[in-house]
Amino acid sequence: MPTRITNRIRALRFANNEMTQAELAERVGVTRQTIIAIEQGRYSPSLEVAFLIARALNARLEDVFQFPDSSGEPGEV
Amino acid sequence: MTLTEKRAWCLLAATVGAYTWYVVVLVGRFDGGPVQETPYVAALLWSLGASIVLNIAAEIVLSIANPRGARTKDERDRTIDRLGDQVGQSFVVIGGLAALLMAMAEWHWFWIANVLYLGFVLAAVLGSIAKIIMNRTTVPNP
Repeated sequence: MPTRITNRIRALRFANNEMTQAELAERVGVTRQTIIAIEQGRYSPSLEVAFLIARALNARLEDVFQFPDSSGEPGEV
Repeated sequence: MTLTEKRAWCLLAATVGAYTWYVVVLVGRFDGGPVQETPYVAALLWSLGASIVLNIAAEIVLSIANPRGARTKDERDRTIDRLGDQVGQSFVVIGGLAALLMAMAEWHWFWIANVLYLGFVLAAVLGSIAKIIMNRTTVPNP
């Protein structure tokens, strides 16, 4: 079952000079497969990796990751 | 494919290959009499040894074939490894408990040895399959 956490990593990568998944992975210190899994909602990263991703994308954590509130609307982390 | 998945495939192939060879040898030696009188010790030891050696050889080949960067493990790899090992370990425990009960019930050692070996095989096979599935689909949240 996919994670309930959604993210805007793909959009933010393109907003950051079309950063590739490999570049993001290298900056964060994880494998490209992990970035792919996070982007596709197949893996929830640790808080530390989430912060590192946000920093690499020059964004706030809540701009990168969202979690649906009780009504099902996507809210911020 | 991640290194974790490649390792899982190698362990799966080595274990299945060695155990299949063992079963074929055992069936070939069966002469129609009581099953527990089939000579199995040498074949079991060779099978066990072969699966270990094959897996070590595969690890060496993977280490040589993969550049340094591709060999690094991140938190997702470690989570998959841990969860896969948990799946496998449960079958080691089941095999051990079954062997314990069989020993108490004074079953022939042929069956006890084979149940233990089957437990190891199932642990490696199902642990590897769990790792492959998690690599390709979703990693459960802790």
